Amino acid sequence: MRLILTTEQQELAGAVRSFLASAAPIARVRQVVEGEESYDRKTWDRLAGELGVTGLAIPEEYGGEGAGRAEVAIVLEELGTALTPVPYFASSVLAAEALLALDDEDAKREYLPGIAAGTTVATLSFGEGVTASADHTLDGRAERVLYGADADLLLVVASLDGKPAVFAVSGEAVKRTPLEVLDLTRPQAAVEFDGIQARLVGPADATEALARTLDVAGAVLAAEQLGGLRRCLDTIVDYAKLRVQFGRFVGSFQGVKHRLADLHCLLEQSESVARYAAWAADEAPQELPQAAALAQAYVGPAYFRVAKEHLLLHGGIGFTWEHDAHFYYKRAKSAELLLGPGRRHRALLAERLGLV
Amino acid sequence: MTDIEAYASQAKAWLEKTPIPENTGTEVSREFMAKLYDAGYSGISWPAEYGGQGLSTAEERVFQQAARGKALPVGVFGIGLGMCGPTLLSLGTEEQKKRYIRPLLRGEEIWCQLFSEPGAGSDIASLQTRAVRDEDGWVLSGQKVWTTVAQHADHGLIIARTDADVPKHKGITMFIVDMRAPGVTVRPLRDMTGIAHFNEVFFDDVRIAEDQVLGGVNNGWHAAITTLLHERMSIGMGSAAPDRPTSYKSIAARAQKRGLTEDPAVREKLVDLYIQERALELFNARLAQEVKAGVNPGSRGSVTKLLLAELTLDSAETAAEIFGEGVVAHSEDDELARYAVALAWAPGMALGGGTNEIVRNAIGERVLGLPREPQVDRDVPFRELKVGTQKKETGA
Repeated sequence: MRLILTTEQQELAGAVRSFLASAAPIARVRQVVEGEESYDRKTWDRLAGELGVTGLAIPEEYGGEGAGRAEVAIVLEELGTALTPVPYFASSVLAAEALLALDDEDAKREYLPGIAAGTTVATLSFGEGVTASADHTLDGRAERVLYGADADLLLVVASLDGKPAVFAVSGEAVKRTPLEVLDLTRPQAAVEFDGIQARLVGPADATEALARTLDVAGAVLAAEQLGGLRRCLDTIVDYAKLRVQFGRFVGSFQGVKHRLADLHCLLEQSESVARYAAWAADEAPQELPQAAALAQAYVGPAYFRVAKEHLLLHGGIGFTWEHDAHFYYKRAKSAELLLGPGRRHRALLAERLGLV
Repeated sequence: MTDIEAYASQAKAWLEKTPIPENTGTEVSREFMAKLYDAGYSGISWPAEYGGQGLSTAEERVFQQAARGKALPVGVFGIGLGMCGPTLLSLGTEEQKKRYIRPLLRGEEIWCQLFSEPGAGSDIASLQTRAVRDEDGWVLSGQKVWTTVAQHADHGLIIARTDADVPKHKGITMFIVDMRAPGVTVRPLRDMTGIAHFNEVFFDDVRIAEDQVLGGVNNGWHAAITTLLHERMSIGMGSAAPDRPTSYKSIAARAQKRGLTEDPAVREKLVDLYIQERALELFNARLAQEVKAGVNPGSRGSVTKLLLAELTLDSAETAAEIFGEGVVAHSEDDELARYAVALAWAPGMALGGGTNEIVRNAIGERVLGLPREPQVDRDVPFRELKVGTQKKETGA
């Protein structure tokens, strides 16, 4: 079990961090979410082209780098820290991992190189509401699809003969309605299917592949959450050292100091849990189901608690639009619910611990 | 095979072939320590000139790993090896190190640590035990409390007030006190478990020789901090064995055996406990990997200590919630009796070695670098301070 970064991984983190600091500082994030574009295309293109991180975990034969989920987690940690509005989690994680897990050679050859190059933005719709007929036409509505309105390629879970199967459709071929989202840095859309012909990817029963996909996604999402959590804690600790009230730095009051100490404990444990889950995704597939459920059950709520406390401890300024605190608060809650609420992960954990 | 692997297999082989006595009386402990010493497994990373083996902490760790799960009967030497010895090595004179380290490592002498007082809890520096100089040394009077193994100890590390006319931190001195000297009275202290795990120790004009000052006159606060840092580290490291009755594993197995996991509320409690325990376990594992990779842990041991204190309380309460009324009323041999014991033990971890509030201060100030609270007593001579528990004002 490896819970600390290698030198190469530290270098990767440093490279992504300094790139984002100059290419997509928080002022740029604001500009994107308050503007017309649904995500930061310029930064996305540079992440794909200059940094080459959009195909990190995709094998070289499909145009990727052949690295691991631990590396993907490192990129996500930095994107989560900087709140960068790009479809990395949707395309390079959900869609890419689904294609890898479904293991459909033709589909991999056709779709993975574009995803790896960042030229295809793909996503996975994993909710309920879509059914497939025997001749692979899709009907129904996928309520919430990450980057659903922007994706070139939609991978859609649909019920085929009562079993979940995954189908590929072109984004342009379906009706997509952007949703009002709490977290403006991560768009979602409703997607309607009206008897559209789709391509079956992988087996007719994709239960196992989907479980693996969502476990990997949960494991690396925890890294994104860890990045945001750490940023919130750093920000509020710095502020507590500068802000004076009643003639004292607010960080000297035990009422503040003790809360920050508790949040630091959450950080230390979140980092450990997230690193463990990313390690398991690469090295210990048999441990991954427990590790991923643990990661989502622990790190998701931990991030929200830190983001909430960091907003509250700023006082009134934290409640203003102008301050950045609300972006983290909203991201934390949205991320916590992204793969289902805490109770889902806790139920999975109970099952995987053999309690059910 | 690398040197360290060779060392590990040697240690394993020795532990395999050496009989480990179950009786933990002090005589048995002394004999076993002597055996450890003769085999070269006592003071593995301690300097060779004072009786240690002069190896690195890597060998020390390897031996501890090999000994994990084996109950070596050396508990009575824990304070000496974990706190007093390291303090002596850091601050002792050449003569003191020559005199005391080897007998400690060989199991000939037992040590205790005497810091806490009834009037000075978290605020140790407000202590009132005093040492007054006379022509050939010092005369010690006062009372200490929560002293583990005092009833067996040959020596103690004690801090006492040596100057009341300067602020509290500046007038304290650390001494090595002979626990068998006239005027030392050890009285067992029954704690809330009903058993005397600790002692109160009274000093009535106990004489201490000048060369038993440790770390310099009026430098005792610095010396005490040196000792306490060792304490917090060793509490954190001695964490959570998976077979303890309040571990997730034990509670879950027992709950399943009794058919209690049919209840979703019980499963929810178990999942909570699993998450809390596993998160701490993974943090400890990561911290160990970082230390091994050369990262200085600084005060992050305080994080482990705080989390373990909370886990200890929470897991006892979880057991009570799951197993119900039988935890608080049972026949003597009932397996649920262990959870009543766990409930009675649980507050100890949140109080010993720094209360949770003090540990949160340490995390806030030493890990996060937050500013200290203004200290109203910092520049006031000790003589003018209010200390301990004050009398309630009568009348209105």
